[in-house]
This record gives sequence, C-alpha cells and structure tokens, in this order.
Amino acid sequence: MAESYTFVLLTLDAALRVATPLVLCAMAGLLSERSGIIDISLEGKLLAGAFVAGTVAAVTGSAWLALLTAMVATALLSLLHGFACITHRGNQVVSGLAINIMVSGLTVVLGIAWFARGGQTPSLQAAARFMPIEFPLAETLRAVPVLGPIYTEVLSGHNLLVYVALAAVPFVYWVVYKTRFGLRLRAVGENPQAVDTAGISVTGLRYRGVLMCGLLCGIAGAYLSIAQNASFVREMSAGQGYIALAAMIFGKWRPLPALGACLMFGLLDAIAIRLQGVEIEGFGEVPVQLIQALPYIMTVVLLAGFIGKAVAPKAIGIPYVKER
Amino acid sequence: MREFSSLIGVAALLVSVSSSNAADFKPAVVFDMGGKFDQSFNEGIFNGVEKFKKESGISYREFEVTNETQREQALRKMAQRGSDPIIGVGFAQAPALEIVAKEFPKQRFTLIDMVVDLPNVQSVVFKEHEGSFLVGMMAAMKSETGKVGFVGGMDIPLIRRFACGYEQGAKHANAKVEVIQNMTGNTPAAWNDPGRGSELAKGQFDRGVDVVFAAAGGTGSGVYQAAKDAGKFAIGVDSNQNHLHPGTMLTSMVKRVDVAAYNSFDTAHKGGWTPGIQVLGLAEGGVDYAMDEHNANLVSSKMRSAVDKAKADIIAGKLKVHDYMSDNSCSM
Repeated sequence: MAESYTFVLLTLDAALRVATPLVLCAMAGLLSERSGIIDISLEGKLLAGAFVAGTVAAVTGSAWLALLTAMVATALLSLLHGFACITHRGNQVVSGLAINIMVSGLTVVLGIAWFARGGQTPSLQAAARFMPIEFPLAETLRAVPVLGPIYTEVLSGHNLLVYVALAAVPFVYWVVYKTRFGLRLRAVGENPQAVDTAGISVTGLRYRGVLMCGLLCGIAGAYLSIAQNASFVREMSAGQGYIALAAMIFGKWRPLPALGACLMFGLLDAIAIRLQGVEIEGFGEVPVQLIQALPYIMTVVLLAGFIGKAVAPKAIGIPYVKER
Repeated sequence: MREFSSLIGVAALLVSVSSSNAADFKPAVVFDMGGKFDQSFNEGIFNGVEKFKKESGISYREFEVTNETQREQALRKMAQRGSDPIIGVGFAQAPALEIVAKEFPKQRFTLIDMVVDLPNVQSVVFKEHEGSFLVGMMAAMKSETGKVGFVGGMDIPLIRRFACGYEQGAKHANAKVEVIQNMTGNTPAAWNDPGRGSELAKGQFDRGVDVVFAAAGGTGSGVYQAAKDAGKFAIGVDSNQNHLHPGTMLTSMVKRVDVAAYNSFDTAHKGGWTPGIQVLGLAEGGVDYAMDEHNANLVSSKMRSAVDKAKADIIAGKLKVHDYMSDNSCSM
C-alpha cells in the first residue's frame, strides 16, 4: 500500500515537471488568441526561447540573464508575428508556420556556427541553471502520514520555473477576467468594431496580447534548456508547443480548464513513462506502443465525448479592417 | 535554348567527372544528422578521417546532412564530383547509399553501421551486444540496489541488440540483478528528446535503479544529466563520453567507428580495400568499454579484472553473447 502510494506521488511529481512548459505555453497562447490572433508559432517560440537561454547561460553562466534574454527574444518573435498579421493583416496561420520553420532552421544553423557541436549548446554547470528548491522542513514533514509525503515529494523540490508556471495561471486569470485591460482584450477578440467605436485602439490591444504571449513562451523555453535539461538540443521542443495549443483549445480558451488539460497531458505522459516495462497483475507487461498511444487515445475520447463544444473567440483569425 | 544550356551543363559535368577521375585520390565523407561534433557517433567518424588526413596529407570532401532528403543528394553529389571512396555514416543512410552506389558502380562506398549488399560497397557493422555485455557487467557490479536501467532511443532492432547484450552482461555478473528497460519512442524524434530521456531516467531511479545505460543519441544527454543531478551512475555510448560528467559517468560502450573510417580511407589509398561485410566485435577491437582519468576512481580493480576476464572469454569463444538481431528475440 505504502509503495503504491509513493508510486502515485512520484508520478504526480513527474507530471508537474512535464506539464510546466505546456502550462506556460497554453497561458501564452490564451493571451494571444483571446485578443483575436491565432498563434501556432508557440512551438517555434518555445524552441527559440530554449536556444537563446541555452546559449546565453553557456556564454555568461548566469541563469537569470539567460531567462531574461530568452524572454526578449521570444517577445521579438511575437512582435514579428504581430507586425505580419496585425499591422499588415497577413494570414495568422501562415505567419505562425513561417516562424516555426524559421526557428527550427535558425537554431540549428546558429548552434553549429557558434558551438560546433551538431546544434547542441555546451552543457551547463549548476550555477547557470535553475536548480530544485527544497521547501522548508521538507525532510522533517516527510514523516507526517499521508500529507507529509505529498508536501515533500510533489510540492517541494522543483525548480523555480515550475512554480512560476503554476503562478502564471491565476495571474492570467486575474488579468483576463478581473482587470479593465482583460475586459478590453476579450472584447477585441470577440467584437473589435465595438472596441474601436469606444475609442480604444484595436491594434494596440492586440500587440499587447501577442507581446505578453511572447514573454511567457520565453520562460517556457528557458525551462526546457536551463532548468529541466542542462543544454539546448536541436528540436528539443518536440511538438510541445502544439500540445499546449491543443490543451488551450481543450480548455475552451479559459485559464483554469487549460491548466487542467495541461496537467492531464503531463500526467498521461508521466504514467506512460513509468508503466513502460512494468508487470501489471493479471495483465502481464503492457506493450510499449499501447502506452505511448495512451495520451492520444485519451485526447480523442475526451474530445469526442466529454468536453463539449469548444467555442473560439468570434473574431479570431480575422484581421481588423476599419470600415470607412 | 534551355535544352542547349542543359546540354552544356551535362558536358561540363562529364568533363569534371573525367578530370577528377584522372586526378589524385579524393576521399569523401557524408556525416549524418547528428553533425560531426555530436560528441558521439559522427564525431567518432570525424576523428578517424582527420587522423587519415594528418598522416597522409590528403584532404577529404565532407558534407553534414541536416535533413532526411539531403542524404541521397549529398551522396550523389560526392559521387558526381568523382570522390572515391565515399563514406556514408549511420544506418539511416543505407537506402540512399544503395541507390547512389548502383548509379556509380565504378566508385567505392563504405557504409558504417548497416549492410548494403552491392559489389562496390563495403559495409562495416559492429557487435554492439558484446560491448554492451561488458558494460552490463560493470553496471551490475557497481549497483548497490541490485537494479540497473537501460534507456534506448528509437525502438528498432539495433537498439534492442544493445539492450539484450546489456541485460545478459548484467545477469552474468549478478544472476539476481533486475534490468529495467525503456525506449524513448517509435519515431526518429526519439534520438533528440533529452527532456524525455531525463524523465525516463528519473522514473527508473524512483524504482530503485542506480546505474543506467543510455543508447539513445542526443536523448542520452538528458539521461546523463539526470544521473548527475540524482547522484547515480550513467554509462555512455558510441564515443567515449566519460568526460561529460566526471564522477558519475561509470564508463562508455565505445564503438570504434573512427578505426572503421580510417581503415576505409587508408586501405583505399594504399590498396587492400575490399567490398563486402565487415563485422567488428571485441576480437577486432571494434567495440570496447572505455577507461580514462575521468572514471578511474569509479571502477574498482575487482570490477576491471572480472570484465577483462569476460572479454577474453568472449574473444576466445568460451562465452557466447546472444545477438538480438540474429532471431529478433532476447530469450536466454
């Protein structure tokens, strides 16, 4: 009993680690899409953030500077996306895809040119990374039955960016639902004409939406290369940006359900990792392929039956043109 | 007009081919997607051809493939420019090399890590199971928990061969040892997913593993980092990776791809290059375990003597290591 309880806790612990980049990217995408700008370039920005953070951390040895530059770099990519599809009213999907392709190539080319390691950045020392933080009294409280291990195993012992990701959810909720800016952001995604009529700049609001999206993607990217891992590796985002996008749609463009979807993806992934090669009583060893397909099967089942209709912001994907 | 210019193009090509054939010895190498400084497989090849360049003073043409479609183009281009011999690096280049080698039957090709059966192709493959056997023994002897782990890259028979040899070695050293195996995925993305590698390793550590062997390309770096962060031991692969994390890298299962690449150029230059399949095992020095100043403190003399004895037995044929790829199963 005690052993399976520990197994569950360790799985939850892993789920939190795996879900962190998803949560940050999903919140980023939410801010952009609520303003009416489709952002499939989450993947590219995640990768760019990881590359910049890995590079700066390797060169300067400072994790904080790396995080900061990663955020600046992804914010610039966001502005590029905004320039193409807000200022010039380009197709938002095409612009996003272009950014993904550009970053995928550029990170490898620059990585090879600067470090000559096949696109990897040098591996980092502990000082240049965000290392796990032990909560006070974590070891003493372990002895407390039931709750103690939860505190020690699941909550304590993550790196700073995991907690930042968790804090980002209530923050985004507060911004979107409890501030004047949030009200306008939601309005500009639903009915930009009305916002314009009220004398508020549609362009300005949308730019602020994509800018905040970029900043959050930068944190997610830094998490990949200098917190979860200790170097950048080519294509290390491995489709997580797209999964985050799916999780956000899964959560119907709302922060808390999106968090739930990200945690579910993380949990399924963590279970998949841990169940590989494990004997289950009465069933034998579970085939690897089945386990790896599990997250996708669950997605289809949940989407088909339990989630209900996901309604996007009305003006999403439509460039705003002032009627004259 | 267009036809005329393409005619000129063909003529120019013919001239360049014949002139380069007449010229000196021009070897070439096409690296695969890891790139020549991947600290692993491709870098081994690079070290081999660099050694040849230094000794003979003959430079070589090279190309680093950055996506799947470039493999065939790169090999063909080298062949068109009259390079001979041409080294193709890695099992993934086999289909492309087969096509190009048929088009250029007079030029010599060396394929490393896979077999292409053509009269002008030399295929060099390794007995990874023998090397994995030795590091499996080391893992089992080093482990205090009696549990050792394996993290593979993409789930293909070649990686199963590593896993199977490793398990046999571990059981040979300690019959009661438990071997926990994970594969990273079923697509080529599994070679470059250090995040998942690190999660797989942490999952194994949670289950009591304290030595883990990764045969997973770039994914391995996540495994080695996780081992370092958790204070466990890891075993590297292909090149000697002991230097990556001195103190927690127990050893590396090295494939002497550098020797294979060097020999291909050297024999082609001096004579003696033969097509066909070369299988390099412990006896030929094709695979081995790595010892250097980075892991000298981690490996006791008792471990070394046990492993060296097994090595001698395998070379002498007294100890047989089952090859997964001979029957696609790992039954012992």
